[in-house]
Amino acid sequence: MKNPLDSLGQTVLLGFVLTAIVVILIHAIS
Amino acid sequence: MHEIMTYAWWIFAFRWFHVLSGVMWIGLLWYFNFVQTPTMPKIPNELKPAVGKFILPEALFWFRWGAMSTIVTGLILAEMNGYLMNAIRLGIGDHNANLSAIGVGMWLGTIMWFNVWFIIWPNQKKNMGLVPVTDDEKKAAARKAGLTSRVNTLLSIPMLYCMLSASHGVF
Repeated sequence: MKNPLDSLGQTVLLGFVLTAIVVILIHAIS
Repeated sequence: MHEIMTYAWWIFAFRWFHVLSGVMWIGLLWYFNFVQTPTMPKIPNELKPAVGKFILPEALFWFRWGAMSTIVTGLILAEMNGYLMNAIRLGIGDHNANLSAIGVGMWLGTIMWFNVWFIIWPNQKKNMGLVPVTDDEKKAAARKAGLTSRVNTLLSIPMLYCMLSASHGVF
């Protein structure tokens, strides 16, 4: 399987997905 | 003048330097990922050394010291604002989502700073020939530095969400 980090587009997309996860996490811990 | 340079002004001054340093750091990170790395394969071989030998070392200098200045001014700023230790604990138990947000942002930024100084820079030194290595080691070092740089590009998106949302009270 190709590493998604080799694609700049997939890296940025993953960045937005990770942001959503982080926001949920912040709500959960506070 | 003494009325301007209050404690609140010094907090602002450190925030200003924190943002200036952060723009230097993340601006160059995005230059590497959005401009230099994708363009390298298109550059004719005889022109490649101009990037590798002249632009890359200079960009890496401002990149790593921008990262250092960002974390130092950021930690001072958090301490001056009185929330450094609580933010390090991710605001757990404080029932304050903005504090948790700045805490998560600080940890993401710290991971990125670590990646710059302890993974990207040592491997770029091998890649640029500042440390003598074999051709295979050089190739592996370039790959490791490049992938870690991509990880930092990925982390920069939630990191900036945390930093900005916390300081603008979005939560």
